[in-house]
Amino acid sequence: MADLMQMLTTNPLAKQLGVPQAARLRRGRELPTGAVVVGSAGGSPSLVRRTLELLGLPVEEALVDTPHTRVSQTDDEGRTREVPAPYPGTVGAVVVDATAATAVADLEDLRGVLRPALRALEGSGRVVVVGLEPDTAGGPTAVAVQQGIEGVVRSVGKELRKGATANLVRVDLLTDAPTTPTDLASTLSFLLEGRSAYVSGQVLHVGHAEEGRVTEVTSARPFEGQVVVVTGAGRGIGASIAEVYARDGAAVVAVDVPAGGQGLAQVANRIGGTALQLDITAPDAGRRIAAHVAQRFGDGARIHTVVHNAGITRDKLLVNLDEERWGSVLEVNLAAQIRINDVLLDPELPGGLDDGGRIVGVSSTTGFAGNRGQTNYAASKAGVIGLVRAMAAEPRLTARGITVNAVAPGVIATEMWGKVPFLTRTMGERLNSLQQAGTPLDVAEAICYLSSPASAAVTGRTLRVCGQLMMGA
Amino acid sequence: MSDQTTSPTSRDAVVVGGNRIPFGKAGGAYAAASNQAMLTAALDGLVARFGLAGQQVGEVAAGAVLKHSRDFNLTRESVLGSALAPTTPAYDLQQACGTGLETVIQVANKIRLGQLDSGIAGGVDSASDAPIAVGEGLRKALIRANAARTPMQRVKALAGIRPGDLAPESPRNAEPRTGLSMGEHQARTAKEWGITREAQDELAAASHHNLARAWDSGFFDDLATGFLTLSRDQGLRPDTSVEKLATLSPVFGKGEGATMTAGNSTPLSDGAALVLLGSREWAAERNLPVLARFVDAEVAAVDYVSGDEGLLMAPAYAVPRLLERQGLALQDFDLYEIHEAFASTVLATLAAWESEEFCRDRLGLDAPLGAVDRSRLNVHGSSLAAGHPFAATGGRIVATMAKLLAEEGPGSRGLVSICAAGGQGVVAILEGC
Ligand SMILES: NC(=O)c1ccc[n+]([C@@H]2O[C@H](COP(=O)([O-])OP(=O)(O)OC[C@H]3O[C@@H](n4cnc5c(N)ncnc54)[C@H](O)[C@@H]3O)[C@@H](O)[C@H]2O)c1
Repeated sequence: MADLMQMLTTNPLAKQLGVPQAARLRRGRELPTGAVVVGSAGGSPSLVRRTLELLGLPVEEALVDTPHTRVSQTDDEGRTREVPAPYPGTVGAVVVDATAATAVADLEDLRGVLRPALRALEGSGRVVVVGLEPDTAGGPTAVAVQQGIEGVVRSVGKELRKGATANLVRVDLLTDAPTTPTDLASTLSFLLEGRSAYVSGQVLHVGHAEEGRVTEVTSARPFEGQVVVVTGAGRGIGASIAEVYARDGAAVVAVDVPAGGQGLAQVANRIGGTALQLDITAPDAGRRIAAHVAQRFGDGARIHTVVHNAGITRDKLLVNLDEERWGSVLEVNLAAQIRINDVLLDPELPGGLDDGGRIVGVSSTTGFAGNRGQTNYAASKAGVIGLVRAMAAEPRLTARGITVNAVAPGVIATEMWGKVPFLTRTMGERLNSLQQAGTPLDVAEAICYLSSPASAAVTGRTLRVCGQLMMGA
Repeated sequence: MSDQTTSPTSRDAVVVGGNRIPFGKAGGAYAAASNQAMLTAALDGLVARFGLAGQQVGEVAAGAVLKHSRDFNLTRESVLGSALAPTTPAYDLQQACGTGLETVIQVANKIRLGQLDSGIAGGVDSASDAPIAVGEGLRKALIRANAARTPMQRVKALAGIRPGDLAPESPRNAEPRTGLSMGEHQARTAKEWGITREAQDELAAASHHNLARAWDSGFFDDLATGFLTLSRDQGLRPDTSVEKLATLSPVFGKGEGATMTAGNSTPLSDGAALVLLGSREWAAERNLPVLARFVDAEVAAVDYVSGDEGLLMAPAYAVPRLLERQGLALQDFDLYEIHEAFASTVLATLAAWESEEFCRDRLGLDAPLGAVDRSRLNVHGSSLAAGHPFAATGGRIVATMAKLLAEEGPGSRGLVSICAAGGQGVVAILEGC
């Protein structure tokens, strides 16, 4: 059976048979190679163009498909049909400003921009639509239209091939704290670069941060000189998170249980960080993290970002689930980070979280969709989604410019995933629009984006890093 | 308590921290691990804890008691395999079970003299991956064959091998000059001092309970790093009791009076332990913690061959000499760490210090040193529970003591005492920072 599946997915015939192929994804800080084209829906707002300018990205005007701009194309069998006028080269990304779309007819503009661009979109190309938070859009029609855009983007994500992705960014324009290009920059650059390789079919949100909160938007080492704490850093996704922060300039405090010390030491030594062996469920865990930071990074040192990545599973059907399995998962995956946050948020605590600091939780697509045999895990991971949403609104955080977000990884190819039986694994990897599992790096990149000093206007959100997994979409 | 102790030098050497791997039982979790692999793992854990990756420290001094001939440069090879800068010098040092503490003394003294700003000291031992030597007959024949100039000579040399020569000689825990095992030696001492079975079992049970509590409380979170499958000492028995220990049969000594069992003697073990030392300035520049100051040390040896003194009684002589030099009384300490080679070793040493006769006749003192407050002794367990990979024990004890003293606070004082094969004893004083 395994052989059959392998044959089906690797055989050249497979493509003709329609078995989707996994594309090699563009990753890291790479920008698309083709043109970045910009269009709009419902008027010609300036937010997106000004943001791309701020990022220093050269852009071209998007072509628009209308009945009278089409050209005739004859196929091999001599049949002729009308198609949109083609782009002269490949399109690397199409960015659509749909913030002014209020009428149903404005959605036609969106179709008109997307159709020609999708036909020319390169492998790992990008579709990014910027719209409004629907509820702030004005009357029912405007809300319907803005909500409608989500349907477009999620469907485009499923239509795209060769590793291309489609995402929607929602901003505030009609509120008293409108999103500025400075606010939007980190999100647009994340989505256009290879860093967002495994993020597709998602809705991201950018609000507005107080003047001066967003620093440097184009730095390749945004965490230079900053202290970042990563829990569960001894292996798997956490090890990748630690590595990416170190790559981006951070001094990393890598935390894991003493039993995982050997892996933790290797990670810390590889990235020139420090290892802090600690069970995050210990009552004094928060104090020990702060004490470590205060001791090791000199007078007045504080934490820029804490990433709550440590997590466990104790799977059992609910009918067989006892309080021990229930409790340990909720304790490690949810309760511990609540306690640690409370300690680190004390502004007087030496080695606590800095003003303008970041908290990032790690949820899971299971937190959205649930999963058979994972009631405890799903409770904890859904809990994280609620936690970051609620904390982001707390005055003790907003007053200090601290943001709280989470990522929700889907199927991520860690060592453990490699041990899952081939068929289950293959099925899992194929149930998403990118037709493959994500890598720990993909999760790490999303976390670094959310916690970047440039992402001050992004808070309270849970970003799925799942290649548009069908489950819980 | 008496006045401040003094270091006879211009600057202090301080203990920054330590790291060990959990100790394994011989033939247990580390059965396939070499000394080099264990020492490298202990180094990497230490480097990670203090963020020293890629950096050069002054030197690394470590040793092993059971050593393969290929490990002639064990510590340097381990440094080269570790995350430390390859420009870090290293050497091996060996003083039986005193190895670990002796390396600490060596590195601390170099720091105090200004020859080093920092250094790592400790040791490693494997009773599982021990070297096996060929018997003398076979060894001599092989040497002759190797030196042979003609094939005929070689055949002749090899033909001289007798079947009996083929039996391998594994290292024995026995004194070369008496042929007695350490346990047999200690059994004599225990008998001489009238150390009871009950007292030994009590000490052993306390060691296990104290060590288990320390692990449970997270005390070792920044003193140990998991290795292979172990995250705690393999020989630790949290649920042992005096009653359970009482059921074991004696293994050392003979007949009625035999009191020493596998329960109150340390098992053969595998493991590695290290201590990071530096000058205060070196630590401050790197924002590293300072746990304790190295105050002074002393080594004594006794004539156990003639039977004049017990094999493991040398610390009983070293400590009074150290106390006198520092102007301290035995009671001037907040904490005591006395290596539990056997429960009866600790008890015989304590008994000696309380004995008017011993202190007068052997130490030449007017009055006995007196009793040690047992509630301050080995408060987080010792070798009976943790195990005793010979050269690793010093590093384990010094790091534990330094952290305990740091918790006690500045000026608190600790006495470390380790007995060693060959009738030697290495002792030292640390002071909390
Ligand atoms: N791998 C995936 O596909 C996937 C998918 C969705 C979500 N996640 C989440 O991502 C995170 C990392 O997952 P992973 O696959 O790398 O898991 P992993 O098991 O490989 O790593 C988790 C790490 O957390 C550490 N840890 C566990 N309990 C701890 C505690 N009490 N204190 C300190 N450290 C502790 C573990 O020792 C381990 O090193 C988890 O929160 C997990 O739920 C993973």
